[in-house]
Amino acid sequence: MKNTEIISVNSLTKRFPMGLGEFTALNGIDLTITKGEFSGVVGPSGSGKTTLLNIIGLLDNPTDGDAVILGSSSRALSVREAAILRRKHLGFIFQTYNLLPVYTVFENAEFPLLLLKMTAGERKRAVLDALEWVGLSDKVGSKPAQLSGGECQRVAIARAMVKRPEIVLADEPTANLDAENSHHILRTMLKLNEDLKTTFLFATHDDKVISYLKRKITLIDGKVSRDETIIR
Amino acid sequence: MLAFKLAIKNLIGAGLRTWLNVFVLSLALVMIVFQSGIIHGWDVQARIDTTEWAIGGGEYWHDNYDPYDPLTLDDGHGLLPPELSGLYNDGQAAPVLVTQASVYPEGRMRNIILKGIDPDQKIIKLPSSQMAGDTSVINALIGTRMANATKLNKDDLVAVRWRDENGTFDATEIRIAGIFRTNVPEIDNNQIWIPLDRLRKITGLEDNATYVILKQGITSIPTVPGWIFKDRDSLLSDIESIIKAKSIGGIVMYIILLSLALLAVFDTQVLSIFRREKEIGTYIALGMTRWQVVRLFTVEGAMHSVLSIFAAAIWGTPLLFLVAKYGFAMPKATEGYGLTIAEKIFPVYALGTIIVMTLIILITTTIVSFIPSRKIAGMNPTEALRGKVQ
Repeated sequence: MKNTEIISVNSLTKRFPMGLGEFTALNGIDLTITKGEFSGVVGPSGSGKTTLLNIIGLLDNPTDGDAVILGSSSRALSVREAAILRRKHLGFIFQTYNLLPVYTVFENAEFPLLLLKMTAGERKRAVLDALEWVGLSDKVGSKPAQLSGGECQRVAIARAMVKRPEIVLADEPTANLDAENSHHILRTMLKLNEDLKTTFLFATHDDKVISYLKRKITLIDGKVSRDETIIR
Repeated sequence: MLAFKLAIKNLIGAGLRTWLNVFVLSLALVMIVFQSGIIHGWDVQARIDTTEWAIGGGEYWHDNYDPYDPLTLDDGHGLLPPELSGLYNDGQAAPVLVTQASVYPEGRMRNIILKGIDPDQKIIKLPSSQMAGDTSVINALIGTRMANATKLNKDDLVAVRWRDENGTFDATEIRIAGIFRTNVPEIDNNQIWIPLDRLRKITGLEDNATYVILKQGITSIPTVPGWIFKDRDSLLSDIESIIKAKSIGGIVMYIILLSLALLAVFDTQVLSIFRREKEIGTYIALGMTRWQVVRLFTVEGAMHSVLSIFAAAIWGTPLLFLVAKYGFAMPKATEGYGLTIAEKIFPVYALGTIIVMTLIILITTTIVSFIPSRKIAGMNPTEALRGKVQ
C-alpha cells in the first residue's frame, strides 16, 4: 500500500443468504482511496453502495477479498480491534442522522470524545470547534427533537468530525433533506475536507451530492462500472 | 465510569418509563423493609409482653405439670419446696396453683382453668391487686378475651364448680373484680384468676403450687428436686417458632414483591433493546465494542435499583419512621389467634435486613438487566443501524 492510500479494497465480495440461495451484493471490487479525497460511490438502489461502506467502516465482514483500512486488514482485525479503529480514525454520517435522542447537541457531538477518554476541557474545546464548523454554536443545549432535519445532519457531521478522523463515511447524508439544507451541509463537508484534509467517502444516488464529488465511483450490480475523477 | 455517566443520562432521558420502574422497585423495597420491620417488631413486643405478663424471669414447673395436657393438672402440683417459698417470701417469686373448673355464665356450662395467684405479687403485670379487698366473696380476675367469650362484666357474679383434692365436687359464686387487657392470650383465654389462698383453701391444696414464676433478673437458680426450671428462652420458644414460620411466609411475600418489580425492569430492558436498536448500532459505529454496549445497558438497568434506593430513602424513610413512631394497628380479628400480638405493633427495622435487601435488589436487578442485554453481543451492527428487528 502506498503512503497516501488509506483505503484499499481488493477483490471484495459480499454475499448475503436469501431464501435457499444467496444474493451477491458486491462482486470482486477493487478500489483505492487516497488521503484527502472527496469521493463517492454512486449507483442505483441495491447496487451495493451501503454494503461497501459498511465493510470499509468495519461494521461488516466481506465474504471474499479484503478491505485494508489505514493499513489494517479487515480480515485480520478482531471485533474489538475494529471497534477501536472506528473509535479513533473513522467518522460516520447516516441518512437518518442517528443522533442519540436523550442527549443535547453538545452531548451528541461530545460522545466520540468520551470514548477516547479525553479530559473535559479538551472535549469542550473540540466540541465547540466542531459545532462552529457546522454553524450550530447557538444550539448546544438543544435536543435533537428540537432541531430541523438539516440541523440534525449538521450535528451528525460535527459528531463525525469532532475527533478529526482520517476518514468520514457518509451514507446518503442528504436523502432526508431539502435542496437548500443539502447544499449547506455539502458545502460544510467540502470545506472540512479542504481545511482538515479529511477523506470523505459517500454512498449516494443524489445528484446534489454527486455534483460536489471530486471522484465518482459508479457501482452497478455489485461491480465498479466506472471510476472517474472530476476536475472542478 | 463512562457506562455510569451514559446510563444516568439515558435513564433520565427515558423519563416516565424510568420513574415508573424506579417507583415499583422502591415500593418493593419499602414494603419488604416494612414487613420485616413488623415481624421483627412483633417478635420484640411479643417477647417483652410475654415476659412482663406471664413468665417473668423463668418458671419452675412441678414435675407432673404439662400446660398442654389438662389431664396432668390433677397431679401436677405439690407443696412449695423451701427453696421456692424462700424466694416467694422475699418477693422474688410468685407461686401459681392451677386446677380445672367449670363456670356457668348465663346458665351455660363452660370448662375453664382456675388459677390462683397472690394478689400482692409484683412479679408479673397481672393486676392481681384488684382481687384483694372484700373477703366475703371470692374476687376473680379475667382478661378481655375471657370476658367476651363468657359475656361477663365487672362485678358480675358467676357460679364456679371444681373438684377438691379428694375429687369431690364443690361450687360457689365468685365476683368478677376486674377485667384486664393484655396482649398475652396465655394468661387470658379460658382462664379465671383468683387469690392463691382462696384456691388453696377450696381445693384443700394448702401450700401447693403448680408452677412458680420468678422475678426478672434473678441470677441464682437453685436446683429444686421434683421441680423443673424453665428459663425464659425455652418458655418463649413457641413464640419464636410461630414468628419463624411467619418470617418464612414473609420471605415468600418478599420474593413475590421483588419478582413483580424485577419483571418490570426485565420488560423495560427487553423493550429498550428492541426499541433502541438503531441507537445500539450507532454506539457500535461510533467505536464502542459490543460488550461495552452490553455493559452500558446492564448498568442502565441496574441503575434503576440505585435510583429506587434513593427514591425509597426519600419517600419510604419518613413513612417507615411515622409507622415506627405511631405503630401499626393490627386487625381486631388477630386477638382471637391465640398468639401474643399487640393491638398496635411498632415495627423495628433492622439495619442488617435493610442492607441485605438493598444488596439483593442491586444484584437481582443487575442480573435481570444483563440477561436481555446479552442479545446485543450477537447483534449485526449494520442491521441494528437500520433499526431492523432481529
